[in-house]
Amino acid sequence: MYQGIIMAGFGGQGVVSGGILLAYSGMVDGKYVTFFPAYGAEMRGGTANCSVVVSSEEVASPVVAFPDSILVMNEPSLAKFEPKLRPGGVLFLNTSLVSSRSKRDDIETVEVPANEIAEELGNIKCANMVMLGAYVKKSKAVSIEALKKSVAKVYVKANEKVLNMNRQAIERGAELVK
Amino acid sequence: MAEKTLMKGNEALAEGAVRAGCRFFAGYPITPQNEIPEYMSWRLPEMGGTFIQAESEVAAINMLFGASACGARVMTSSSGPGISLKQEGISYCAGARLPIFYANVVRGGPGLGNIAPSQGDYYQATRGGGHGDYRVFVMAPGSVSEMANFPRKCYEVAFKYRIPSMILADGLLGQMMEPLEFDFEPVDTSTIPEPDWVLGVNEGRKRRVVRSYDLAPGKMEEFNLELDSIHSEVKANEVICETIETDDAELVLTGYGTSARVCKSAMALARKEGIKVGVIRPITIWPFPEKIFSEIADKVKNFLVVEMSLGQYIDDVKLSILGKAKIDLHKRPAGGIPVAEEILGVIKQILGKS
Amino acid sequence: MKKVFERTKGLVDIPMRYCPGCGHGVVHRLVAEVIEEMGMLKKAILIAPVGCSVFADEYFNTDAIQGAHGRGPAIATGLKRIKPECLVISYQGDGDLASIGMAETIHAANRAENISIIFINNAIYGMTGGQMAPTTLLGMKSTTCPAGRSVDVNGYPFKMCELLATLDGAYYLERTSVHAPANVIKTKKAIKKAFTYQMEGRGFTMVEILSQCPTDWNLTPLQAIERVKNEMISYFPLGVFKAPPKPTKQETVKV
Repeated sequence: MYQGIIMAGFGGQGVVSGGILLAYSGMVDGKYVTFFPAYGAEMRGGTANCSVVVSSEEVASPVVAFPDSILVMNEPSLAKFEPKLRPGGVLFLNTSLVSSRSKRDDIETVEVPANEIAEELGNIKCANMVMLGAYVKKSKAVSIEALKKSVAKVYVKANEKVLNMNRQAIERGAELVK
Repeated sequence: MAEKTLMKGNEALAEGAVRAGCRFFAGYPITPQNEIPEYMSWRLPEMGGTFIQAESEVAAINMLFGASACGARVMTSSSGPGISLKQEGISYCAGARLPIFYANVVRGGPGLGNIAPSQGDYYQATRGGGHGDYRVFVMAPGSVSEMANFPRKCYEVAFKYRIPSMILADGLLGQMMEPLEFDFEPVDTSTIPEPDWVLGVNEGRKRRVVRSYDLAPGKMEEFNLELDSIHSEVKANEVICETIETDDAELVLTGYGTSARVCKSAMALARKEGIKVGVIRPITIWPFPEKIFSEIADKVKNFLVVEMSLGQYIDDVKLSILGKAKIDLHKRPAGGIPVAEEILGVIKQILGKS
Repeated sequence: MKKVFERTKGLVDIPMRYCPGCGHGVVHRLVAEVIEEMGMLKKAILIAPVGCSVFADEYFNTDAIQGAHGRGPAIATGLKRIKPECLVISYQGDGDLASIGMAETIHAANRAENISIIFINNAIYGMTGGQMAPTTLLGMKSTTCPAGRSVDVNGYPFKMCELLATLDGAYYLERTSVHAPANVIKTKKAIKKAFTYQMEGRGFTMVEILSQCPTDWNLTPLQAIERVKNEMISYFPLGVFKAPPKPTKQETVKV
């Protein structure tokens, strides 16, 4: 099993912490994982992205040039990363903020109204969790249980109420994938 | 030991140094190593140590010069341009026999270059780096775990032989997160005996002088030859190298650090296709595992060097093999990161397989 | 017979390499006497610079360290942070302190680094053979300004005490000279103040000492002394440029 993932969006959408959570969950599940952020000058100007690899074998490079899945949180990220998605790969699209759709016919799109669901749950900030819930249910890269358990490990400063909201958001995201 | 944690390479390196006894850090911001001083700025005071954001790289290395002369386990870190600035001070430390430790989280060069991972500072690291005839003990980690665990060895060697030691990493190893385990318990610095060259309160002993000069005729040559014999001892005792499946190999892949990670994956891909590939991965790049290369070159006739530079590391491979095998080079400089599949392609080309 | 004068224990009993008429020997003795009088011979670390006083590490009967050109204040920072119980003295010349090491000097002062600098200002690079220094006077000749220092080409001589006095971290700054016995005595008092403040943990202290270099000034020792008196002091006025604030009435009562 090998999954190379890129998660991308605006700064503040929890793209980096979402990537770390995914990597952490993979570690909990006993997988080989790496997390690699866009750093320095790349992260200026309000956009953020990171690469995560979850694998059953040692990971050579944490840089994901051609991802198996992309988790796209905003419009500019679709344009930037959609062309790099491997044929047969899956595009997870935050339809709350992205109006464009992919024109590629060799990939699958999972539409996730992440912001709307997050708002229903009470805080727009957990849109990244909705996205991860959908991704994990679809890809089975890590277990939903590990993801929910790891929330407290990654968001160490959050109180129980916020942690539970995040766990709910993960479930709601997962429910979108049949 | 402790449960696995997920840490960024730079932070793992900083924590590893603190656990290995580092109590003094002076540095200056530069990407992609900023997490090291950031981490040290709160972690060292917690341990009763000292963190200083210096006015320059030059000042930082000279603060180490002073603190090291007082016996502290000291550290600085930087990336290419900043390490260049520190070279004068590193040379002074080598000349004054001060056991400093530093890390270069290499970025693309020359000049300001970029902030992407690179291995372009190989010559600088393995040839001493500054003026004069000296070498530095250089370890090349290939994972976040090794970033965390190598500082201990660096301090051990630095203090044993009184030479500078360093970790040569790159932006990828510094920025990535990976699960890690520390393979050693934190060093209790109060139990380390004070060496007999340390400056300070000199009750009951003769005064001590730390210096890197000697103008008396013949004295500096004498000192250089003494340094040479220390270098020989380090070469004899401190080489660390990993070899994987070289026994039946028809081709040996070799690289260090990040390149070696990718070599291992390329080897796995090749073996799956029935191509017998092995890997030599030097963990110390000075001293270089010359003997291991030489012995393997007696049996294996094809070597493929993978490096994120224009052919620096390959020179040490050539000097070790001395013409006994054919050597090819796969290079990805200044931000290019080799990919296992592309290396497999090169292997097939070399071996004439489709 | 009763001894009325003896050599300071602060200096090693070997001949110094300084030229006849040079001020370094006098200042070395003053520094050594103060260390001895303070009972700090076993607790002092002296930093020798690059320049004529590079060999200071051989002359002082204390622990010593010789460092890179201009980096004395940074080295002192490292020493003092690890051994705060020691008296840390950075001995520097004008090229060392005000040219190549300007950044280290200013930043150590600004950090209120608890160290003392003995700054020998003789307006010339001595060790390398008489090149222009950052403090070379206007019109003064050197091997790299053979027609005399001109503002158009070289700018102005640095007034280091005045410059550092603007920094909150500098606690005590005084400029003295060693061209006449009365000035030598004043210099010793200034050195003692600086070292005492350091051991009280009060911050950055520096004594700038105007000194003479007959050899590279191409003057006789007597002429050199005249130059300090007539030319240097008028550009580099002697005096205290930063001193501890006078205690308020309340504080005086407490004492």
